[in-house]
Amino acid sequence: MPVDQAIVRRIAHLARIELAADEVAHLACELNAILAFVEELGAVDVEGVEPMTSVMPMRMKERADVVTEGNIADAIVANAPATEDHYFIVPKVVE
Amino acid sequence: MTDVTELTLAAARAALVKREISAVELARAQIAALEAARVLNCYISETPEQALAAAASSDARLKRGEARPLEGIPLGIKDLYCTKGVKTTAGSRILENFVPTYESTVTANLWRDGAVMLGKLNLDEFAMGSSNETSYFGPVISPWRRPGSNVKLVPGGSSGGSAAAVAARLCYGATATDTGGSIRQPAAFTGTVGIKPTYGRCSRWGIVAFASSLDQAGPIARSVCDAAILLRSMAGHDPRDSTSVDRPVPDYMAAVGTSVRGKVIGIPKEYRLDGMPPEIDKLWGEGVSWLKAAGAKIVEISLPHTRYALPAYYIVAPAEASSNLARYDGVRYGLRVPGKDIIDLYEKTRAAGFGKEVRRRIMIGTYVLSAGYYDAYYVRAQKIRTLIKRDFEAAFAAGVDAILTPATPSAAFGLGEKGSADPVEMYLNDVFTVTVNMAGLPGISVPAGRSAEGLPLALQLIGRAFDEETLFGLASAIEQSAPKIEPPSKWWT
Repeated sequence: MPVDQAIVRRIAHLARIELAADEVAHLACELNAILAFVEELGAVDVEGVEPMTSVMPMRMKERADVVTEGNIADAIVANAPATEDHYFIVPKVVE
Repeated sequence: MTDVTELTLAAARAALVKREISAVELARAQIAALEAARVLNCYISETPEQALAAAASSDARLKRGEARPLEGIPLGIKDLYCTKGVKTTAGSRILENFVPTYESTVTANLWRDGAVMLGKLNLDEFAMGSSNETSYFGPVISPWRRPGSNVKLVPGGSSGGSAAAVAARLCYGATATDTGGSIRQPAAFTGTVGIKPTYGRCSRWGIVAFASSLDQAGPIARSVCDAAILLRSMAGHDPRDSTSVDRPVPDYMAAVGTSVRGKVIGIPKEYRLDGMPPEIDKLWGEGVSWLKAAGAKIVEISLPHTRYALPAYYIVAPAEASSNLARYDGVRYGLRVPGKDIIDLYEKTRAAGFGKEVRRRIMIGTYVLSAGYYDAYYVRAQKIRTLIKRDFEAAFAAGVDAILTPATPSAAFGLGEKGSADPVEMYLNDVFTVTVNMAGLPGISVPAGRSAEGLPLALQLIGRAFDEETLFGLASAIEQSAPKIEPPSKWWT
């Protein structure tokens, strides 16, 4: 079993998701089931194969380096849970 | 006229242009129908006032003879498309009160063409699911039932609200999205037509992102012709989505009903799964006979990497999801749960805001992208994706015009029947559809028959990149040949 409870806790912290103590064992089982499902990929010969990075072969378009949509601060903070003068408010980060 | 909600979109459009009916009458009939069907839980938000106002202005245009392509047609919008001033939830608690200040490109294209919005349709949370059971707003109940049974069936997912609303006649067509089968599988379960166009055909701008290299918008509709009409309005280049493709949008409707004589149809032997129900195999055989009778040439083909598509998908999609969903932090928009510091705020917000399946996929994605595992999982999966795409390219290079497969491995199942013990059981629903997303190709699901239990079954056609027209032609040949599936009886009224 590649994923134990310590790994589950570490991944949850990396993903910034709080876990209840009683969720950990169950989640380890589920993650292991999914990882067992993808295990057969290890058998595929991928020697010399390029990983797909673009679904459709196309040249990325460039655009002029100018402001396209600006001066919309009201719209940007419209859905924020806490704001003040167009700033997002968060708990104190720097002591 | 009898019940106008029974018309296809094409017929409703013709009736509007001939002024046999008004757009306001059409909107009123649909609003009444959806209000009487709330037990199905198709709509998360209803927007009747907006619909009636838009219909009134459509009537004014129709009167002046200035009808646009979708003038006065009431549609449902999957609640993954941002709609300006109208709540957009993605089926998640974390966006329960999110009201976009902008409009998605695809919905803007529909309004540009005169369509009318009835409301926002239920879906699996962040489009992650195959049964519409992961929605924070509760499951959608399929309008279909097994004869003589009142067991509640799933409509499929993630576009379950879209498919159920179209099947139950609660809109003339709906927008949907497809990351691994989320248009085609619910369409198959509900006897409707769903097309996932080529990656890049529709703009993804303003659609809540799940897995950006796989997500694509498309319609669910009552007929192949209706799907063609909707896709023409939805598709097109958008400078705001750098992956949208700058090429003209054809008149897809012109492809509907064209001759399929001489078309070469590939039958991939790897899709004949062990333990596949005999009725699915039989349906596939019938599809072959119908296309053969219509003049197509059938050839067996091999797509050797097919079996790796679903496992590779369950690395690529969660990896991209974990990255895309990092934006839900309780700071800029969405739910916020207070914490003792910023990290605690993030962790509590995301624990409360995301449902079980979404948390599970973020965790898998975080794991496969974490230091030491990135090459073993993610890079390997992306290499396998190249191999899957090459399989298709080889078949098309050998002269195949389209590929015929079953759309799903079974008919619709009951609520709570799958995936509760093992998440992989639910994932297997997408075994026939997911290859298409991995290769970026277009795929259409078209109703083709009924299961022994009387539920709809469908076939899937897969085409060359940007050759949706061939798919519409072949799908309409199947639609003509297959036994007609009458809409479900309205047990909810």
